[in-house]
Parts: sequence; C-alpha cells; structure tokens
Amino acid sequence: MSSRRSRSRQPGVSRISDDQIADLVSKLQQLIPEIRNRRSDKQVSASKVLQETCNYIRNLHREVDDLSDRLSALLASTDTDSDQAAIIRSLLM
Amino acid sequence: MFLCVETTRSYSMEKSYMVTDSEGGYRSMESNRRKRKKMESGSQKVKRGGRWRTEAEQQIYSAKLVEAITKVRRSSAPAAAVHRGRAVREAADRVLAAAGKGRTRWSRAIMTSRVGLRLRKRRKVTVTGNNRLRKPAVSKQEPPLKRRVRVLGRLVPGCRKLSFPNLLEEATDYIAALEMQVRAMTALAELLAGTGASSSNLQPPSC
Repeated sequence: MSSRRSRSRQPGVSRISDDQIADLVSKLQQLIPEIRNRRSDKQVSASKVLQETCNYIRNLHREVDDLSDRLSALLASTDTDSDQAAIIRSLLM
Repeated sequence: MFLCVETTRSYSMEKSYMVTDSEGGYRSMESNRRKRKKMESGSQKVKRGGRWRTEAEQQIYSAKLVEAITKVRRSSAPAAAVHRGRAVREAADRVLAAAGKGRTRWSRAIMTSRVGLRLRKRRKVTVTGNNRLRKPAVSKQEPPLKRRVRVLGRLVPGCRKLSFPNLLEEATDYIAALEMQVRAMTALAELLAGTGASSSNLQPPSC
C-alpha cells in the first residue's frame, strides 16, 4: 500500500504513509452505519470498509432515485400553487 | 469572481494537506485541518460532515429543492414518468451541489457537468458512476483494494483521478450530503403526500 502512485496534479508529493491511510479509513468507517452499528470493537479491514462505502453510496443513490420518482409523481398530483406555498411555509418553520 | 477566490483558497489548502514528509508532516496536516475548520466556522460542527447534519442546512436545502422541483414541473412537462423522475433527481443533485458552495470537488463536478449537458445535449449521462460499461480490461489482476478505491472514485462525482486521502475526504463529505438529501426528500415526499390527501381534491394518497 505504501507503493501507491498518487496521480495528483501537485508536483513533489511524497508517498502516503500506511498510518495516514489507516487513519482515514477508520474515519470513513465511522460514517458507514453498516460497520458502525455492528461489531464496532473489532478492527475492520480497509478493503471491507471501502466495499461497504461503495455499497452505501450506491444505496443512497438508489434511494434518491426512488424518492425523485416519488416526488415527481406527487408533484404531478398537486397542481395548485397554494399547496407549494403552504409546504414551503411549513418547512421553514 | 468571488467563487474563483473560494476555489483557489480551498485548492491551496488541499495542496498543503497532502504534503507529508515525516511525523512533522502529519502534524502539519492536522494543523491545516484545524485551520480549515476555523475558516469554515459558524454552522460547522467539530466532526467533518457535520455541516450537513444541521437542521438549518436541511431546511434551506428543502426550500431550494421545492423551488427547483416546481420549476421542473412547470417548464417542460415530459410525459414519461421516467424522465420526470430523472429531472427531479438532477435538480436535487444540483441544489445539493450548490449547497456545498463549491468547496468540495464533487459539488463542483456536479455543477459543471450540468452546464455541459445543457449545452451539448448528447446522450444522457448521469454524473454518478453508472457507466458500468466502461470497466477496465483487467479486473481481477490488480489488488482488490486498489480496485475498490477505483470504484469509489467512480461513485463520487469528479473524483476519478484523486489521490487516496483526498478521495476519502471527498467521499466523507459526499456521503454526509447524500444522507441529508435523502432525509430532506423523504420529509418532502411525506409532506406532499399528507398535503395531497388532506387537500380538497378527491385524489387518493399516492403512497
């Protein structure tokens, strides 16, 4: 892992240490509810964290897609502008 | 103009974030992170991604989202539900990226890609990594960890060629933003469903 090529645009970037990667991975680990909720004491491998992260992002994307479809259908049914104003008012309260 | 200044500032901060020589380098990364927190003070909490968890941020997003979605409904009303859903999704992503205020790479990527789509109007390309057809030829030969990092880079918009620490940084913010997006859209959908049912129309709730 320490032989990772960093394809960044900034010149003169030195190698990224394993400690740094482990630290970042553990930070990411805390965000994923899958990993956070179960077996939080055991050390999860970086590979597993990355895999769960990808799955989690894909799930979130899918949720957003589903919600978008739902919202577009709901908006088609509510036609009046007064509804929208009422919604915004109730949201901002 | 103002946006340019913001971008260069965050870019230079990324530069110093990445430099590591020894333990001293690691410490400077920490101090840069602290500096960045001081600059982004105000509503941001101690934890990174905390700005996406504040109630205020979600309400602002919800209000802007409603605006954008009603515009979608009014402008071109495509008959197919799929296109409408896609338009809503794009509007939601756009508003989300705008809420990021251009501080993160993924938000800038979303904002610039939308402009490109409108100008060119070629095949419908989603910003996220749905281009599964573009799989590299070697899939099992590289170590699985590297492969997963590549997949992650494809999932977060605009982060394909990012270095590992920056990619994780972007992914962290992106995940928090997506969670807020889901929360806001869910609340909005429930609100609309409730309003639709209780309004004077005789339409049944569409849930």
